[in-house]
Amino acid sequence: MKINLEFSGGLELLFDGLKQTSVVVEDSSLKNLFKKIESELITQNKELFLKDEKLRPGILVLINESDWELEGQYDYQLKDEDTIVLISTLHGG
Amino acid sequence: MFLKLNEIGDKIAIAASGGKDSTVLAHIMKLLNERYLNRKIFFHWLLQRYDYGLDLFLLSIDEGISGYRDDSLETVKRNQLEYQLPLKILSYKDLYDWSMDDIVKEIGRKNNCTFCGVFRRQALDRGAVMLGVDQIVTGHNADDIAETVLMNILRGDIARLQRCTFIKTKSEETIPRSKPFKYTYEKEIVMYAYFKKLDYFSTECIYSPNAYRGHARVFLKDLEAIRPSTILDIIHSGEAFETSAESNPTNVTVPGVCNRCGYMSSRDLCKACLLLEGLNRGLPKLGIGNTEKLRKKHLDEKEKSIGEYSSSKRTPGNPFIQNFNDLKLGSDLKKPL
Repeated sequence: MKINLEFSGGLELLFDGLKQTSVVVEDSSLKNLFKKIESELITQNKELFLKDEKLRPGILVLINESDWELEGQYDYQLKDEDTIVLISTLHGG
Repeated sequence: MFLKLNEIGDKIAIAASGGKDSTVLAHIMKLLNERYLNRKIFFHWLLQRYDYGLDLFLLSIDEGISGYRDDSLETVKRNQLEYQLPLKILSYKDLYDWSMDDIVKEIGRKNNCTFCGVFRRQALDRGAVMLGVDQIVTGHNADDIAETVLMNILRGDIARLQRCTFIKTKSEETIPRSKPFKYTYEKEIVMYAYFKKLDYFSTECIYSPNAYRGHARVFLKDLEAIRPSTILDIIHSGEAFETSAESNPTNVTVPGVCNRCGYMSSRDLCKACLLLEGLNRGLPKLGIGNTEKLRKKHLDEKEKSIGEYSSSKRTPGNPFIQNFNDLKLGSDLKKPL
């Protein structure tokens, strides 16, 4: 199934400025999606995204425009055409 | 606002960096100001409580950091057009004759944040005087303040420990500053900016990996995972700190003004002028760390000349700072000779 991804708030810098993309995954949880992003999409500073399989604090996740904390976080089961937005809350300003 | 930060008709400068916090702050101030101005005809009984009637300005400081501040100022300019607020930009280069790029070239990347912080504080006050505003509002959010409390505890900076949690500064001498987002989580601000599709600039300063704040931030996030109310708890702790005058010598120093630039200072020479003096004389360490010895060594013999060159005898090698008292409403910056 196809998952749409958006990166913003400075997080796109880890993906060479890529703001929007999509990936094809098998039935999987959000946790596995993050691992896939880490191994296949990130071009630099991997440690700023995941550490010990946990998302770095300060990165906000929206699942179809809804806070992931309301959706079961890492255990959320992805559906076809889900949109996952990842926003960094970098400092400054 | 509900905490009574400002009075009806106040002129307010919004310290705008182009980042998420100040962009959301400008958006919300503008929105609420207009919303409640228009309501006043219909809701007389709300007038006292809800009419803002504020005169809003954007105030930006250009530290002169290429690849960072120039881009973020473009964001501020776009926001200015969108929100239709007057914008004033002051640059370090014009004020001090040193941009941050120049300073880093001179002193390297260590301690450069000291210069930037001290210079910005004064630059904002100068801008506020030029705009003739009654108050400056900044975008500091709850996460920022909790981090600052932690940092002040770790540094043992008792004087700032309580002060950094005030929603509005209490000093009589300077233009009051307030932090309307004191209780607003960073997450809420980022979410708001995302859903409102606000245009903000999100790159970290190229000169500041800011390791120290970074540690406080990571620690705070770890605490929050264990105890979700941590951030507000820490702010509350900061507020509750009371220090006696004896244990807190900075509270009893007599406030005065800087001999050279007229800015509020507890010493003869304010921190900004001291740092500048160091830069201009090739002694950049002059204002950093424990300055007592260096101050004595290098400044005593110069004390006389300091008075001179702040008045008329400016030489090209000694760029001056315009005296604070000479700043006028609407005045533009004078260029150094």
